[in-house]
Amino acid sequence: MQDNVAHPDAPQATDRVVQLRGVTKLYTRGGEVVRVLEMLDLDLPRGDFVALMGPSGSGKTTLLNLIGGLDRPTEGSIEVDGLAIDRLSSAALGRWRADHVGFVFQMYNLLPVLSAERNVELPLLLTKLSRRERLQRVHTALALVGLEDRARHRPRELSGGQEQRVGIARAIVTDPTLLLCDEPTGDLDRKSGDEILDLLRALNQEFGKTIIMVTHDPRAAERANRTLHLDKGRLERQTH
Amino acid sequence: MASWLSLVWANLARRKLRLFFTLASIAVAFLMFGLLEALRGSLAGSVSLAGADRLITMSKISIIQPLPRSYLEKARGVAGVEAVASFNWFGGVVKDGRTQIPVYATEPAKFLAMYPEVKISAAETTAWLNDRQGAIVGPLLANEYGWQVGDKVPLRSTIYRQENGADTWEFNIHAIYDVIGGAGWDKGSVVFDYDYFNESLQFGRNSIGWLVVKVADPREAEQVSHRVDALFANSSAETKTATERAFIKQATEQVGNIGALLISVVSAVFFTMLLVTANTIAQSVHERTNEFGVMKTLGFTDRSLLALVVSESLLLTLVGGAIGMALAYVAAQALATTVKQFLPVFGIGLRTVVVAPLLMVAMGLIAGAWPAAIAMRLRITDALRRGA
Repeated sequence: MQDNVAHPDAPQATDRVVQLRGVTKLYTRGGEVVRVLEMLDLDLPRGDFVALMGPSGSGKTTLLNLIGGLDRPTEGSIEVDGLAIDRLSSAALGRWRADHVGFVFQMYNLLPVLSAERNVELPLLLTKLSRRERLQRVHTALALVGLEDRARHRPRELSGGQEQRVGIARAIVTDPTLLLCDEPTGDLDRKSGDEILDLLRALNQEFGKTIIMVTHDPRAAERANRTLHLDKGRLERQTH
Repeated sequence: MASWLSLVWANLARRKLRLFFTLASIAVAFLMFGLLEALRGSLAGSVSLAGADRLITMSKISIIQPLPRSYLEKARGVAGVEAVASFNWFGGVVKDGRTQIPVYATEPAKFLAMYPEVKISAAETTAWLNDRQGAIVGPLLANEYGWQVGDKVPLRSTIYRQENGADTWEFNIHAIYDVIGGAGWDKGSVVFDYDYFNESLQFGRNSIGWLVVKVADPREAEQVSHRVDALFANSSAETKTATERAFIKQATEQVGNIGALLISVVSAVFFTMLLVTANTIAQSVHERTNEFGVMKTLGFTDRSLLALVVSESLLLTLVGGAIGMALAYVAAQALATTVKQFLPVFGIGLRTVVVAPLLMVAMGLIAGAWPAAIAMRLRITDALRRGA
């Protein structure tokens, strides 16, 4: 069993939002079994801002995908807000993601045929909100990221930093429990990257969002409350 | 719903040239379908218009081969025959010099007795019977050419000449007839007095095109037709008699075969269109692998992606099909004037209006099924990785 760096500081069950126990993830590539994560335990308190760092192939994105319900563990259990998401059906997991998780991608992943406004509205199409209510929420989210005046612009008409802000607006428009960011500044210049990190920091501190951010950049990791280091599928250490 | 539809349309319209060509292909397929259905419907309609108690007697060689006028009286004497009328195809061209319309020379009184469904007033009947230059016209022609009772109308024959070499006859319109109950005669013909025609002919006098024989008992139609043909057997102008329905069916059989051929062609076109549409949707799905991964990440379920892709396919075939059917309607309207002498009821029928949307939906569902299944089965992590 690996050393568990999260356990010593494990929060009380009442304010724990993420709990992983004995999580292992195996992939088969070209007939060879690859052990991406191995017997991983992790507890994250509500309102935390955690950076995940580690070399390529250490399992950072896989861990993020498992917590976000995009993938399932080969072994072990994952609970988010008290719900065992690894036991949910595919459809139920989809609904859970829509309600509880916001994703921010490195390459923004906006739909190029939709305006910023329509991109942010996309997750709300799965709700029963009226068009008026959806637009109200969309404009609140865009205002929060400082892009209300760019609502009608398509992704190709925006800068990289602006695209990522739209991506963040899309992630928070459903008011999710968790915000999962996979190298959100990885494709941005330093200035734009700082602005995005400021925004994430504000979302954490002012709105209490729990954020898990995968990054290669130590400067970005410094903005988080703490950094978890992964190597060869194991949590090696934690820094503050 | 509106947001969903606009999402579907935005996805379709992302490659405008591809969208245009796919829509155009589907539209052409439905244009062909619409026109073919109009043709098939008009052929079937002509056959169903025919009376069960009337026989047609024509030359055994061909309908364009004339028969002696004397056959009219001889046929009248055959057992089981109630009435006989003769007809000549005039080959009338209206004053624009291009449009040919159905014009028949016959005996007015016998014609009205033979086709009781053709209605004109007593006063109009009297006027027509008392004027050798008189004619009655169908409401379709009257509407199209603005003809009214009392007008003098010149019609040129493409076949006959008068003694003085002229090819144009003048007719006095005495009635715009209507067709009520039975509908055995069409609404787009000119009917005039055989005597006026026969007396002025340069050649071919005292010959007729064909006979219409009314039988006393429709159940004896076959026996009566044998008796008529037996009467003229071994003469210089042998005859072939059949029921009006069989005659029209036979006359249209040639076109019917062409219709069958066209059905085969349209079926092949539809099948090709199915492949083209499926390919378009499949390409679109392939290009959007990453987007589907993102949508699944956001919470779109497998079923909602299936619905999205099938909706795109359906919208494509419905829009393309609607354009094609609209074009078919316009083309059928335009062609109706040209072909009305042969196909008086040419047009897009109710059956076509019902079947076309069903075909569009079927095509959309089938074409979208496979690409939708691909989108549905995508694993999120694979889809996101492929787009990275």
